[in-house]
Order: sequence, then structure tokens, then C-alpha cells
Amino acid sequence: MHALSVRGLTKTYRNGVQALKGIDLDVEEGDFFALLGPNGAGKTTLIGIVTSLVNKTGGQVRVFGYDIDRELEAAKSCIGVVPQELNFNQFETPETIVVNQAGFYGIPRRVARQRAEKYLKQLQLWDKRDKMARGLSGGMKRRLMIARALMHEPRLLILDEPTAGVDIEIRRSMWDFLREINAQGTTIILTTHYLEEAETLCRNIAIIDGGRIAERDRMSSLLRKLHTETFVLNLRNAVSAAPRLDGYAVTLVDDHTLEVEVTREQNLNDIFSRLSALGIEVLSMRNKVNRLEEIFMRLVEGKGANGAAEAAGVNEAAAARRRGGMR
Amino acid sequence: MNETAVARETEAPPAPPIDLGRVRWIGFWTIVLREYGRIIRIWGQTLVPSAVTATLYFVIFGSLIGRRVGQMGGFDYMQYIAPGLIMMSVITNSYANVVSSFFGAKFGKHVEELLVAPLPNWIIVAGYVVGGMVRGIAVGTVVTIVSLLFTHLHVHHVFIIMGAVLLTSMVFSLGGFINAVFAKNFDQVNWIPNFVLTPLTYFGGVFYSISLLPEWAQKLSLANPILHMVNAFRYGFLGVSDVDVVRAFVIMIVAAAVLFTFAVVVMNRGTGIRD
Ligand SMILES: Nc1ncnc2c1ncn2[C@@H]1O[C@H](COP(=O)(O)OP(=O)(O)OP(=O)(O)O)[C@@H](O)[C@H]1O
Ligand SMILES: [Mg+2]
Repeated sequence: MHALSVRGLTKTYRNGVQALKGIDLDVEEGDFFALLGPNGAGKTTLIGIVTSLVNKTGGQVRVFGYDIDRELEAAKSCIGVVPQELNFNQFETPETIVVNQAGFYGIPRRVARQRAEKYLKQLQLWDKRDKMARGLSGGMKRRLMIARALMHEPRLLILDEPTAGVDIEIRRSMWDFLREINAQGTTIILTTHYLEEAETLCRNIAIIDGGRIAERDRMSSLLRKLHTETFVLNLRNAVSAAPRLDGYAVTLVDDHTLEVEVTREQNLNDIFSRLSALGIEVLSMRNKVNRLEEIFMRLVEGKGANGAAEAAGVNEAAAARRRGGMR
Repeated sequence: MNETAVARETEAPPAPPIDLGRVRWIGFWTIVLREYGRIIRIWGQTLVPSAVTATLYFVIFGSLIGRRVGQMGGFDYMQYIAPGLIMMSVITNSYANVVSSFFGAKFGKHVEELLVAPLPNWIIVAGYVVGGMVRGIAVGTVVTIVSLLFTHLHVHHVFIIMGAVLLTSMVFSLGGFINAVFAKNFDQVNWIPNFVLTPLTYFGGVFYSISLLPEWAQKLSLANPILHMVNAFRYGFLGVSDVDVVRAFVIMIVAAAVLFTFAVVVMNRGTGIRD
């Protein structure tokens, strides 16, 4: 059973912007799915259509088999959504917000109160339950929206950049929390600009760019597609110029740092032995950028200057790499 | 977070049969309760102002000027205007509640909480409208109590009083809802109450019987729906009316039905709320 099935989905906003240009996408029940793409790619628009916040222009959407044109209410009752932007009443308290939301999904008050306690505790908001939501910190407000989305225990949880502006510690605990929920059977669709997050959490991935699906694959097979990786080597002793290693592109970053591009046919042992032969000692090594990020940048940069310019906003490391003129 | 997360039921959430009727019923009451909570939370803005205004009207028009007016429609002036003033507060408050609450929900984006929920639009409209009626009737009750400090009210037909007040507050709650759907800013929220509702109410027989007017003005007044509502309500207290009470009820019922349908249609189209 597909938790989400989208066919030929298009959206043209009233101002003429064509945000979606024919999206086909299936997400399996139980999946932890990453929906990635540069700013303006159409992720929020897609989520908006699935959750009825945006009217579609054309195409078909099914949620657990319920067509949103014919069985909208049934489809909606399967979904919990954490939107990209804050959308609760800032003058209400967290407890009121989540209990009312449960009510809108038909959960009786008594049950809603119990769940409010459970989820506000899990998201570390219980001691703020009767404070005005306006006074919560940015990260707390995001967690409040997660708690709210879980109140009716949806089968499909859609999170639009849930970890934006959330500190590292809370982000890690949110990851654990989402993994836990997914392990219990909830299908999760996540958008994020932290590609490390997508790589760690998600089993399947779609990259959308300019309103089209640019890539749709299992995370593991996508990562295997990466043909070259760039490694950063830290050296024990200073070198004055990049050593010449035949078949490898080596650049000198500073006198203690080298970058080496390695293709899948080549291997690291070879590099290390040649460096040893030259008397260069390597202290430590790391990937220059996260591997998913590498693929992501290639996909969206391949689309021409426009895509690249927008993608530059996606991640500073990737942007820095582009400025370095590596490719 | 993760330690407590284990407490969640371990099996996959089953596909529950969805009882849409129950979801709608609970959803509807949740909207009404939320509106009620809002009225109580900001009672200084919702319940008090009309009580103050009504008191001023009673003091100035009733006691000071009313004494010189003498009789109106066979009753002393204070008694004559009391039902009109009650109705005026019902109209203003029903409208104001829904227009500001729903526009606020649009403006603060929390209308999305309802748009993503499995509730049909007619439930959303009905919930807000009943919320507006709660406010209209609550304020109407407060103003009735104030009026009892100044005059005594007969009750001629209790069901006419209740019917008129319920239908009127329903009609104006719906009006407020539609206004909020179309409003793009706060000016457009205030525009209709200031430039349409207030004049129509003042010319709607709150302060005078239209028999005092020249013939053409009487005819014109009959086109004003508020005149019919106020007079039906007054008939419930005093047993006198400038208009046919049955026709007044027909007007109210038709207006409520038309406005409700219109509100649901614009919601279904997503006007002003969905891109
Ligand atoms: N309400 C709207 N009216 C008009 N155009 C819109 C509207 N919302 C989004 N767009 C446009 O649609 C396109 C897709 O926007 P969308 O918000 O779906 O992107 P996104 O992938 O979520 O981006 P981000 O990563 O920045 O959140 C953009 O060009 C955007 O300007
Ligand atoms: Mg977005």
C-alpha cells in the first residue's frame, strides 16, 4: 500500500508561477522518506496540495488509497503535518492548541487531554503547557507543531523543515524521536536542507528541482551513484606545493592541507602509498562534503545557472565549494 | 525525548475505520468551544463594550431625552427602545465576533489548523457561526439585564423573542464570516460594520417607529432587513410591530439559508484562504 501516491501533479499559482510541472511520486507505507530540493523547488507547494492548504491545478493525489478529490476527509484524517511556517494561535497555550487540534480530528476531549500530556512531555513542552505560545522559543514552537501533528496519531507524518533553527542537541533528540515513531509504523516524509539529516534518517529520497522530480531512488543506491568523492587530508609537515600524483587531481588548500578527488575505480591505498613514497605523512582525513550533498549539488547545478544560484543558498559548505571553482 | 518515546504503543497504527459523522460532531464542538474560550479570554473586548454603550443609550436617550419624547408605539420611550438596543448589541457582537476571529485566524495562519483537518467546510462555517451566536446572545443577555435597571420588560411571546434573537445572530454571524473570508486587511474588517451595519441599524427602527416617517421613507425602510428583525423581536416583548412578523421570520430564515450556502461555496472554492 502506498502511503502517498501522486500522479501528474501540477500547480500554477495565480501570479503565474509554475511551482509544480508534473510530479509523479510514490511513498511506501512505513517509509522514512526525504523530499529534498533547493529553495523554491516546490516542496512546500507539494505538501500544501497533499494537505489541502493549496488547490492543485491538475493531477491526482492519493493518501493510503483515498483520492483527495473524492474522499478528502478520509485522506486528511490519515495525515499529520508540521508546516514550514508557524501556524498556531500565538495567544493560546500549548495545551489548548494541541487539545483543540485533536478535536478537529474527532478525538474526544478526555482522550485528547491524555495525549496532550504524553506528547507535550515527549517533546519537552509539558512545563510550558499553560504559558502563552507566543512566549516559547523558536525551537519550542517547532516542537509544539510536532506535538500538535501527532495528536491524532496519523499514519502519515509530513514534516516541512522541522529542524530549521533547532539547536544540535534538540535536533538529535528529534531524530531519535522520529526514528522511534517510524519504527512503530508511522510513515514519515521529511523535507530538510540539512542533507546529513536526510542521509542519516531516510531510506528513500526524491530530489525535486524547478517543480520536477530530478531524482528518485533508495538512499543507499543513490549514494552509490556518486562517482567521485573529494577527500581533505591533513598533513603532519608543511608542503610548499601540491604533490603530483598521476591520475588524481590534487590541490593545495594550505601548507598542511590537501584535497584529492578520487573516483570509484581508484582507491585510497594507492594514494596513501604514493604519498608515503613522497615522504608525506597524513594525520587525518575526511570527506570534503557530505556525500548526499555532493550528489544534490550536481543534480541541481546541472540544471543551469538559475538552479545553481538558488542552490547556493542551500548549504554553505556546498556554496563555498562552488566559489572555490572546484568543478 | 527518546526514552519516553518508547512508551508509545509498539504496534503499527492500524487503519481505523473512519467514522466521519463522529469526527464532524466533535470537530464542530471543538470550534464552538474554542470560540467560547476566545470570548472569555478577551472578555474586556468582547463582553464589556456593548454593556457600556447600552448603558449610555439608556441614560441619554431613555432617561434624558426619552422623558421629552413621551410615548412611542403606545409605550413609554424607554420601554420602546429597550428591545431595539438589545437587538443592536446582538447584531454588532455576532458580526464582530466572527469577522475578527476568522480574519484573525487567516491573518495568524491558524486557519490552517482547520483546513488540514478532516472537516467539511460547512462544519467550519457552522462552528464559527455558533461561536458568533454565543457572543451575540451573551452580550444580548447582559444588555437585557442593564435595561432592567432602567425599565421593566413584558414578555409577550417568549418563542418569538428567542426565535428572532437566534435567527438574527445567525444571519449576522454569517455576514461576519463572509466579510472575513474576503477581507485582505484590517480596514476591510471594519468597513462593513462602520459603513453598512451601523447606518442600517440606526435606520432599522431601533429608536423610532417608522410610522413617524413620511410614506416614501417608510417604503424605503421596509427594504432594510434589520427593521424586520428589530420589529419581530420587539413584538415578542411589547406585542407591537411596524411590520408583518411572519414575513419578518421568512426574511430571516431565507437570509440565513442564502448566506450559509454562500459562505460554504466560497470556502469550497478556497477564496481568500487557499492559494
Ligand atoms: N502563495 C504563493 N503564491 C505565488 N507563488 C508562490 C506561492 N507559494 C510559493 N510560490 C512559488 O512557488 C515556487 C515553489 O515554492 P515552494 O514554497 O513550494 O518551494 P520550497 O521547495 O518549499 O522552497 P523552500 O526550500 O524555500 O521552502 C516558488 O517559486 C515560489 O515563489
Ligand atoms: Mg518550503
